Amino acid sequence: MLRRSILASAALALGLGSAAFAQDDPTQVGFIYVGPVGDGGWTFTHNEGRLAVEEEFGDAVETIFQESVPEGADAERVMTQMALSGVDIIFATSFGYMDQIIAVAEKFPDVKFEHATGYKTAENVSTYSAKFYEGRAVQGHIAGSMTESNIIGYIASYPIPEVIRGINSAYIHAKKANPDVEFRIVWVYTWFDPAKEADAATALIEQGADVILQHTDSTAPLAAAQQAGGVIGFGQASDMADFKPAPRVSSILDLWGDYYVDRVRAVKDGTWETVETWHGIGDGMVGIGEITEAVPAEVKAEAEALRDAIAAGEYHPFTGPLNKQDGTVWLADGEVADDGTLLGMNFYVEGLTGEIPE
Amino acid sequence: MDLSSINWLLLTASLMVASTPILLAALGELVVERAGVLNLGVEGMMIVGAVAGFVAGLETQSATLGFAAAALGGAGLSLLFGVLTQVLMSNQVATGLALTLFGLGLSALLGQGYIGIRGVEVPDVNWGPVADLPGLGVVLFRHDAMVYLSLLFCFAIWYFLSRTRGGLILRAVGESAEAAHALGYKVVRIRLAAIAFGGACAGLGGAYISLVRVPQWTEGMTAGAGWIALALVVFAAWRPGRLLLGAYLFGGLTVLQLNLQAAGIAIPVEYLSMSPYILTILVLVVMSSGRARAALGAPAALGKSFHAAA
Repeated sequence: MLRRSILASAALALGLGSAAFAQDDPTQVGFIYVGPVGDGGWTFTHNEGRLAVEEEFGDAVETIFQESVPEGADAERVMTQMALSGVDIIFATSFGYMDQIIAVAEKFPDVKFEHATGYKTAENVSTYSAKFYEGRAVQGHIAGSMTESNIIGYIASYPIPEVIRGINSAYIHAKKANPDVEFRIVWVYTWFDPAKEADAATALIEQGADVILQHTDSTAPLAAAQQAGGVIGFGQASDMADFKPAPRVSSILDLWGDYYVDRVRAVKDGTWETVETWHGIGDGMVGIGEITEAVPAEVKAEAEALRDAIAAGEYHPFTGPLNKQDGTVWLADGEVADDGTLLGMNFYVEGLTGEIPE
Repeated sequence: MDLSSINWLLLTASLMVASTPILLAALGELVVERAGVLNLGVEGMMIVGAVAGFVAGLETQSATLGFAAAALGGAGLSLLFGVLTQVLMSNQVATGLALTLFGLGLSALLGQGYIGIRGVEVPDVNWGPVADLPGLGVVLFRHDAMVYLSLLFCFAIWYFLSRTRGGLILRAVGESAEAAHALGYKVVRIRLAAIAFGGACAGLGGAYISLVRVPQWTEGMTAGAGWIALALVVFAAWRPGRLLLGAYLFGGLTVLQLNLQAAGIAIPVEYLSMSPYILTILVLVVMSSGRARAALGAPAALGKSFHAAA
């Protein structure tokens, strides 16, 4: 009991201390990453966002980050530590930190929390994510237009709505471009394991795939595509520009910088509020990397038109008529999917084969 | 089940490639353990080999020099373990674990400027017309030199351990360091040599991932291969022949489950994904009972420190 009250008063003193100096001190911004900054994909892009914050505010902010924080109890410890050290806002950049964030946020009501890809909010907890499926639509179009074997390989990570949305979106648009197209999906159960991703890509290529789409974070599938020759792929999360002009013919970019700058500014101005952000190409959170000359000019123009239509809000990648895999109607002609269904998507659209693993 | 879309010849060929890193690392660890030393730092030595091989290969544009640097890097790191455990008498298990953590951190530091860059090309060995043999050509004669080297190592280590005097001495050190010492053999020196060899092999295995199998540098890219290699040594009961079989079995399971998925076969992939690890756990459980351990032929002095004065 005694120890607990000492801890509590210590935390209080720290809290008071930071409040008292808040006017002069730089804003303290904390980041928690699930992987190493050097993964070349997901965590790398969040770190780019952190650097954008530093660039924007200069000496008026101080950022700290901790990388490779496992999802679960460790995350709670790390966030508590950060909160105790006086940060004003914490960006936690993986889905699996969700319950820990809610727990820590309750204990530190003056600290703002931002949770990437989560769905639980609180007075001082916001969520944010990007509509990657918009980028998948553009990828799917290019993939469907360019395949000659009509087999497209897809390296999927975990069977969660975000990944399933991506598969559906890519398939719908590949099918529009090429009715004979067939998807082969491999679940690797990892976000980042270069050796396994390379093996998956090799297995798909050996079975005839000449386009590889990936929802994992390393460049290993592109390297495998290059080795095989005559196979194309796409950059994931970051541009993966080293593999231009082929096998990497385009990419989906995660652009967190603007959002991070906005939210840090809101903390500085005292205008921070709980929001649930889900931005796409139009809002600049998802980018389409340069489409290289390996893509025929005609296909490139179509892909760019698709991108611009999505950005302008004229076209939604999930527009009916669309059926579910079992043939039941999902969206009637012209109907557009609502965000609720998309956020919890747990089914394939008609035409995809195989089952989603439980 | 429609298995027709799987090309079994190509699958066998990629199985060999997928297995080579763990085979190399496990061969090295086998020699180390036969000398009575348990080095749990395989993962750390592999990842240091991976980064050293990648960086050296890129800077010199020579795959051979890359692999040489990887072997040196792995051996260098293992000697750190060697000095700590053999000379300064630290606990082998704790030091080995620390070596893994240290290796992961060190490699991340060394590799910082090399993330996402394309590495040096590793050419396949040119076997001439043999490579076009139906069936066999694809499976056996279209690999890079390291695949053949790992097979050669396997044979050489078997020969060394079971047919030479040097091998006998090494095994004596692993069975009873005191007896070997009484006979006048330099226990610590022999163990250090074995540790360095093990480190070099782990380094080569790591470099195979960063130079051939992936091929690029990313942090943490060995992703637990070192632990599988450790389990394999036990699984193989410290025999090089069985080790080869075990490595290809482990590699085969990985490749097979990906191929089955790609072929659209509805089997619960989770089971196949976890099968190598389940095998590993089973083997370790069996190993943990003393009697099974003896029956399997574990070196009697495995993991025990030796000091001449003691």
